This record gives sequence, structure tokens and C-alpha cells, in this order.
Amino acid sequence: MSAAIELCGVEKRFGEIAIIRNINLSVAQGERHALIGPNGAGKSTTFNLISGYMAPSSGSVLMRGEKISGLPPYQINRRGLSRSFQVTNVFANMSVWENLRCAVLWSSGQRYAFWKNIDRLPEVRERTAQILEDINLTARRDVPAGLLTYAEQRALEIGITVAGGADVILLDEPTAGMSHAETERAVALIRRLTEGRTLLIVEHDMSVVFGLADRISVLVYGQIIASGTPEEIRGNPKVREAYLGEEAA
Amino acid sequence: MSEIASHVAPPLPAAADKFKFYGLWAGAAAALLLLPQIFTSGGSLTTFSLIGISIIFSLSYNILLGQTGMLSFGHAVYYGLGGFLAIHAINIITANKLPIPLPLVPLIGGLTGLFFAALLGWVSTKRSGTAFAMISLGVAELIASSALILRTFFGGEAGISANRTKLLRLFGWSFGPQIQIYYLVAAWTLIAVIAMYALTRTPLGRMCNAVRDNPERVQFVGYNPHTVRYLAFCFSGFFAGIAGALAAINFEIANSAYLGAVQSGTVLFATYIGGVGFFIGPIVGAIFVTFLSLGLSDLTPVWQLYFGLIFIAVVVFAPGGITGLLMMHRPLLKAGTLTQMLPSYLMALVPTLAMIVGLILSIETIVHYTVNPGDDSHIKAFGVSFDAASPTIWAMAAILLIGGFGVARKTWTWVGHAWDGATSVAREKGIAA
Repeated sequence: MSAAIELCGVEKRFGEIAIIRNINLSVAQGERHALIGPNGAGKSTTFNLISGYMAPSSGSVLMRGEKISGLPPYQINRRGLSRSFQVTNVFANMSVWENLRCAVLWSSGQRYAFWKNIDRLPEVRERTAQILEDINLTARRDVPAGLLTYAEQRALEIGITVAGGADVILLDEPTAGMSHAETERAVALIRRLTEGRTLLIVEHDMSVVFGLADRISVLVYGQIIASGTPEEIRGNPKVREAYLGEEAA
Repeated sequence: MSEIASHVAPPLPAAADKFKFYGLWAGAAAALLLLPQIFTSGGSLTTFSLIGISIIFSLSYNILLGQTGMLSFGHAVYYGLGGFLAIHAINIITANKLPIPLPLVPLIGGLTGLFFAALLGWVSTKRSGTAFAMISLGVAELIASSALILRTFFGGEAGISANRTKLLRLFGWSFGPQIQIYYLVAAWTLIAVIAMYALTRTPLGRMCNAVRDNPERVQFVGYNPHTVRYLAFCFSGFFAGIAGALAAINFEIANSAYLGAVQSGTVLFATYIGGVGFFIGPIVGAIFVTFLSLGLSDLTPVWQLYFGLIFIAVVVFAPGGITGLLMMHRPLLKAGTLTQMLPSYLMALVPTLAMIVGLILSIETIVHYTVNPGDDSHIKAFGVSFDAASPTIWAMAAILLIGGFGVARKTWTWVGHAWDGATSVAREKGIAA
């Protein structure tokens, strides 16, 4: 079986500066894979390259063996890859319900329909309700997304990301800025919602990373210096030197 | 319906809500039907016809501005082309005795608007924001100037005229009398308003809002924001074309003014003043601005200046427009604290009006001295005669303007305090402000 996501010799340059230098990475189907590394290592850029937000300068990104690099984000999304954003990126003036419903519409085959009443689409209603309950925002259903608390917005962000039923999920620092208790809840949520799907996650909180991931890749200065199980990464001297330091010892 | 949707999803409209909803449309239809019985004069029928046309045009504009977040400076292009094609269609139908009655001509206008929006919109809707606004302006200038160059189609300065009464008759209606035109406009207004409302309740309509809020994120839920904007643009062009055709039928002429920047500006103005955030906003704006433009031009020669001042005031103090201003009071009404606001409103009204009177006096005096200084200084504005050369008037204007502003500022603070009090009570009662 071909890998869910495979990066082959991916490079991204902005002018003279190479942000991503020759990344090779393979994420198997159903795997929870964490991407860690110091600030400015290129983790978010890697996400942007995979999700189609940017095109790589060279190399290619494959999804289940098919090349997706160069496609626009919405086409990559339609093939079953969905991502969240590090900075909350929701539809601020629309209610929580509407946010989630927008994320459900395409995958329930509504496309650009202008002849159907949105309230008469039972499948859309049901899937939206399911996600709403999954992210525990039922009580906040009719509140505009812009008025939610930070933790609620992060939960909505994850909800929008998984609502379309994509089987490859990319989460960019989903617990950043959360308190300890909020982080625990968020991790439980992520674990539950990505059950049976492929997850690629960027995260700074090492307890989250080591608790959640099946495999970990370490990105430093635009290159992957190590890739392996949590134990292998923990024991890798190169990683300890470059990144983990005493923190994870 | 499954377990989860029934207790988590927002309740579907109950029978009573549906009854209320359809009752609203039926009520609107009845009102349109009865209006000419109450206001029988030819002048008011013309006014109502103009309002209907303006409602369709403004709502079509709000598909872009309010629903999809696209600021167009050239929406009159689709209105105007719809109007020209309608006039040509009437002439062709009459000349060839085609079996097409006048009530179908607005559809030709609409299809024209749709065709040109589909043709010109693909490039301009690639981006929203400044790029879209600039391209819309460029296209508008291009079409408006072609109107003066391509004389055979646009008729140059004079425009193209037609006789609307010589088409196939339905039920013996010639569409000569204004009352018949009124009913034609009213019927199309009702149809177009219902259609445009229905559009907001479709998957495309909801995605338009999503594109307005966050076009970037839309791409990551499977939608191409360009396609959403393009489709919205096409719908907007279609309804603008219907409005233009109705205007052409109403006046029996189409000329280059239909396509021009003033027409594009007026629709922006009406839509924004009414309020872009609510479906009903452009309707309110269309009614308000039509009355204002018909009324103000009789009262003062510089009515456009007042138009501009009103627009600035709305942009600065009430960005939600008239509808937004009214809707702000809804939580207070529900909480029963609206009456708390009345004393402060009344108190603010007096000095604010004094300030406005002072402003009007100053403007009219200055206009007299800058525009026609040689004329008699006894001028009449807003139905009141006064001597623009009299120092008493100048002093009065200054006192009203400056004094009024000084006092009004204080009362506005009171309004603010009263507002905070009233909304916090509403919030305590669990009604979101």
C-alpha cells in the first residue's frame, strides 16, 4: 500500500533563501505522525507545501501515490486532505453551526448548488450536528465564531478541519496557547476525531507529541534530521543536541 | 431524522414560523396590490415604480457587497446593458410583430445582464478587495465610454427610445398608463426579491458568506473562492439586468446615463445606507434614497452635497446602515429596556437638530456666495426663505452650529450611558446584544 503522504526531495526557496531543503518524508496510512523542530525550522511551510497553499520549488508531494503538489488547495482538499491553521482561521461573522456546515457541504456533494434549500439537506444537517457534538460546542451553536473563547475557537478550528471527512488530517499546533487542562481536552478530542485516519501534526508541547504520535520526524533548518518512533527519537543524540536538549531527558 | 440532528441541530422552522414567513410574503404582495388604491396620483405611482426598480438593483448589488464581500464600482454596466437590450428587444418585437408580451421583456434584460456578467466577470472575480474594485471601475469606464462611441447600438447622447404599448397584449393591457407599469414593476420586484432571498438560503448562498468572511479558509473546505465569487457575480448581473430593463420600460428610453458612474455610485450609496449586513437593508436603502433624491432636489440646489454628507455620516457613525441601527435595538425591545433609551434620545434630538439647522444655514449661505454671488441674497432652502446677506443669519448659523455641537456632544455621552445600562440589563436577561 502506498503511503498516505510522501514528500520526495521537496525544496522551497524564497528568492535566494531556501526554507525547505530537500525533505523526504513518508507517512503511512492510519499513522499519527508528529513533526517537531525549533521555531523557524520550516514546519508550517511544510504544511503549506503539502496542503497546496504553496507549491514546492522542486520535488513533489504524493498522496496515496498520486502527485498533489502544484494543485490548488481546494482540489487537494477534495481528494481527502484537510488542514488546520496555527493562527485560528474560521468564518468569524458566521455562527459555529454555519462554520461547521460550510465545512461539510462539499463532501456531501452539494457543490455550488443554488437550487437547493440549505435547511432541506438532512445529510448535511446530521453530519454538522455530529461534528458540533464531537467538539463539545453544542451550547455555543448560534454564537458567531469571532465571539468564542480562544480554546473554543481552537476546537472549532479542529472541527472545521475534520468535518469534511478527509482521511488525511494536518493539524498545525492545535494546542498552542492553551492551558494545561485545555491541552488535555484538546488531545483527547484529536485522538477521538482522528481515529482511523492519517494524522500529521506540528506541535511544540512535547507531552502532546510523545503521548499522541506513532512516529516523529524532527525538522531543523529545513531538513529532516531524524525520523522514527518516539523511543528512537528520544534516544537519538543528534536530536537531543539540536532540539530536545534537557527538556525531554 | 436521526437522534443527533434532532437535539443538536438548530430547530427547523415550525409550522407557525412557516406560516409567519409565507404570511410576510403574502402581506407584501397584498400591500403592493393595494398601494395604488391609497396613493392614486400619477406622481406617486411613478415614485413607487422607481422604488421597485431601485429595490431590485440594490439587492442585486448586495449579492456582491453584503453577501460575498465584493465592492463594485461598476454595477450599472449590467443594469444599463439590460436596459439597452430591453429597448432594442421592444423595437425588434414591435417591428416583427413577434408574439412576446411586455412583461417578459425584463427577462431579456436579465439574461443580458447575466451574459455580460458571465463574460466580463471571470477575470475580475479572481480576486476580491482592491483588485476587484479597480477592475470593476475600469470595465465601467470602458462600457460607459463605448456608449458614446458606438452610436448605432447606444444612440449616442440622446440614447435609444421605444414605444412600450405596441407589443402583444395580455388581458387587454397596453402598458401605456403608469398604473399598469406600476403593477408590472411590482410583480417583478416581488419575484426578484423572493428569488434573491431564496438564493441566500442555498449552499451557494452560504458559501458566498464564507468567501466574504474568509476566502482563504474556503479553499481548505473544498471550495474554489473564485468560482463562488464568479457565480455570485453572474446572479448579481442577472438581477441588475432585470432592474435596468424595468427602468427602460418605465422611461421608454435607455441612454448612456444608465451605464455611468453616477448610476453605479447611487446603487452603492442606497445599499450601504440601507445596511449591507441584512437582507432587508438594501430594500430600506432603496426606499430611503429614492424618496430622498426626489424630495431633496426640490428643496435645495445642492442636494447632492447633502447626499454626500448623509453617506459620510452613515459610514462613520452607523456602519450597519439604517437597518443595522434599528436592529441594534432589537435586544432592548425583547428585554423591555427600550423605554430607558427614550429620554436620552429626546434630549439628544434637540441640540442635534439645532446643529443640523445651523449646518444647513451655513451651507446654503456659502453656496449662495460661491455659486451665484450676483443673485438676490434672499434665498429659499428647504421651504424656508432667509437673507443670506444678513449678519443676523450668519450669527444664528454659527450659534446653532457651534452651540448645538457643544451641547449635542454632551447629550450623546448620555445616550451612550443609557445604552450601556439598557444593554447590560438585556444581557443579564440572557438576550445577546
